[in-house]
Amino acid sequence: MPEIAIQVQNLSKRYRLGASQARYKMLRESIMESLKQIGRPKNSPETIIWALKDVSFEVRQGEAVGIIGRNGAGKSTLLKILSRITKPTSGRALIHGRVGSLLEVGTGFHPELTGRENIYLNGAILGMRRAEIERKFDEIVAFSEIEKFLDTPVKFYSSGMYVRLAFAVAAHLEPEILVVDEVLAVGDAQFQKKCLGKMDEVSKGGRTVLFVSHNMGAVEKLCKKVIFLEDGMVSAYSPDVNRIIRQYVMGGYDSLQHPVWNKSNDFPSNEWIVPERVALTDESGNIKTLPVSNDDTGVWVDLTFTVNKLDPALVVGIALYSDDGELMFWSYPNDEVEDKWPRLNLGRNQLRCHLPPHLLNEGSYHIQLIASLHFRLWIIEPNMSQPGIPFTIQGGLSDSPYWYAKRPGRLAPILEWKMGIE
Amino acid sequence: MDQTETLPLPPADSIVIEPPGRGISLGLRELWRYRELLFFLTWRDVKVRYKQTALGAAWALLQPLLTMVVFSVIFGSLAKLPSEGIPYPIFTYTALLPWQLFAFSLTSSSTSLINDQRLITKVYFPRLVIPISSVLAGLIDFLIAFVVLLGMLIFYQVPLSWRMLSLPLFVLLAVISALAVGLWLSTLNVKYRDVRYVVPFLTQFWMYATPIAYSSTLIPEKWRLLYALNPMTGVVEGFRWALLGSGEGAGPMVLVSAVIMVALFIGGLAYFRRQEDHFADVI
Repeated sequence: MPEIAIQVQNLSKRYRLGASQARYKMLRESIMESLKQIGRPKNSPETIIWALKDVSFEVRQGEAVGIIGRNGAGKSTLLKILSRITKPTSGRALIHGRVGSLLEVGTGFHPELTGRENIYLNGAILGMRRAEIERKFDEIVAFSEIEKFLDTPVKFYSSGMYVRLAFAVAAHLEPEILVVDEVLAVGDAQFQKKCLGKMDEVSKGGRTVLFVSHNMGAVEKLCKKVIFLEDGMVSAYSPDVNRIIRQYVMGGYDSLQHPVWNKSNDFPSNEWIVPERVALTDESGNIKTLPVSNDDTGVWVDLTFTVNKLDPALVVGIALYSDDGELMFWSYPNDEVEDKWPRLNLGRNQLRCHLPPHLLNEGSYHIQLIASLHFRLWIIEPNMSQPGIPFTIQGGLSDSPYWYAKRPGRLAPILEWKMGIE
Repeated sequence: MDQTETLPLPPADSIVIEPPGRGISLGLRELWRYRELLFFLTWRDVKVRYKQTALGAAWALLQPLLTMVVFSVIFGSLAKLPSEGIPYPIFTYTALLPWQLFAFSLTSSSTSLINDQRLITKVYFPRLVIPISSVLAGLIDFLIAFVVLLGMLIFYQVPLSWRMLSLPLFVLLAVISALAVGLWLSTLNVKYRDVRYVVPFLTQFWMYATPIAYSSTLIPEKWRLLYALNPMTGVVEGFRWALLGSGEGAGPMVLVSAVIMVALFIGGLAYFRRQEDHFADVI
């Protein structure tokens, strides 16, 4: 049995909401606050959140462990504590071996410095020795594919080049324990593939890897074990990666429940919209019972939300995932020609989207409300998380006597067939 | 904490992560392990400082040089401030050098933590590396401006003296003073961004409270030790003594300044170390 690499015991982390919400305080505010606090009980419960509650687990040497959970479940806090960026409030962790943590690619890159200079700087920040960087320099450059621009300040790089260089440095870090947070979510598809390959190499090379991702495909490929965090607690830790992922994607609902997501307070706020409800309904707005059959008029996805700030580029849509985390599609109300677009108003809005029958195969899915300013920024990123609902499709595949059982494949469309004209 | 007793002792190369404790260690051994990072961050600060400037590192020369010219005209020629029989330009330049070292290092180290907040929230390393590296970067500017001083020493035919050997000691005093104040201000800055607005005033007042444009002999004898509570007084007096041989009686002032400086430094270090566990949560 290999030795233990990471031992986490009853780890808890408390944040005072006041301190984490306001980015920083002015001296005056802090004095005023303490004045206001007089006569009030200290540590009133609403100002405190426990990002981690009594988390314990062990990771053996050479294991690749994935950490999954929704936004705010405590994944990042856990990694920050294990990377020694912040300290726990109680409990402790023992780490046996050199830790390299990668919570972001390109940390410490300076835009004015050249690619070459940033390799050295970033390497040193990640904890590499100078001799080590020199030894791997050519390899890093080759991996990043930016040879030609090595002596150009990185502020002139395209974002793709920037990310490639940053990941190339990070990928050549050789700690005994590697802690990685969602860094594969950057770069183009081809580069992501390359990164994934590198990660695979690392974990097969006998090093211990802790890997946080919303990309269930990547977790499934890389990890031999998964920790599922919910509300700061370990809700599952098991080598049955597939089952845990399914549990996560299905949000722990059992399939007979109603497919509704209602506004929750732990959902991170933004200045644009507040999602109120996501529901699967029939045409007249009655909530469906699960599983949804494929043969009726189809299903309507009702999105209810409040708009606090309008922008011409503001758009609210849906992302649909299969149960193993693969994105099926995004859909936006302005996918059609412009005069058909529904117009959002300030205040409460409801958008409805028709999921036609005979599109998806039988199985379990997750549907998420997503929002963005087109081509500018994500407001609610598609990450198979909140605000969303799991649902299942069963039955009603077709009226044909030859197609009564589920076929393989994600889709189950009934396409039009004709005799040729020949 | 009974659970700690049930655990086997961790092997030598392992890390124990625990809640912030009560004791304060300086963490010097760990700082030493991260000396390469210290080097690279200093190198970055130096490299980046004069990027995209037309004159580049010449600014490190021009700033004290131009201040010296202004002071020589206003305080030396117009106000005719006494300079202990030493030509006014070199009298004020020997003081401007350590002062600018102090003021630049202080200013850059006080904002250093928030300028590197990405690093603090994403990577672990001893946080002391950040303010120290910005103070060290100030030292590079000092060395460049020092070349001008050498030229002036030759021009004014200042005789060589064994006292000059003590100069590094006073440079060290200036650096540690800057770091001492920088540690306090950078730590406060993490929580209170007011510091950013305080620093320009602070350095301005501080400069007039330091014998740069004038001689400390202008201060009545009985107030001199009180005056030396400003650690930069001792540094500037020390510089003048080492290079120009002025102010023979400044010994007690230098001593008082040094004591204050060490106290300020230890206090700043302790405050920094105590607060650094919360930097990533608050910044």
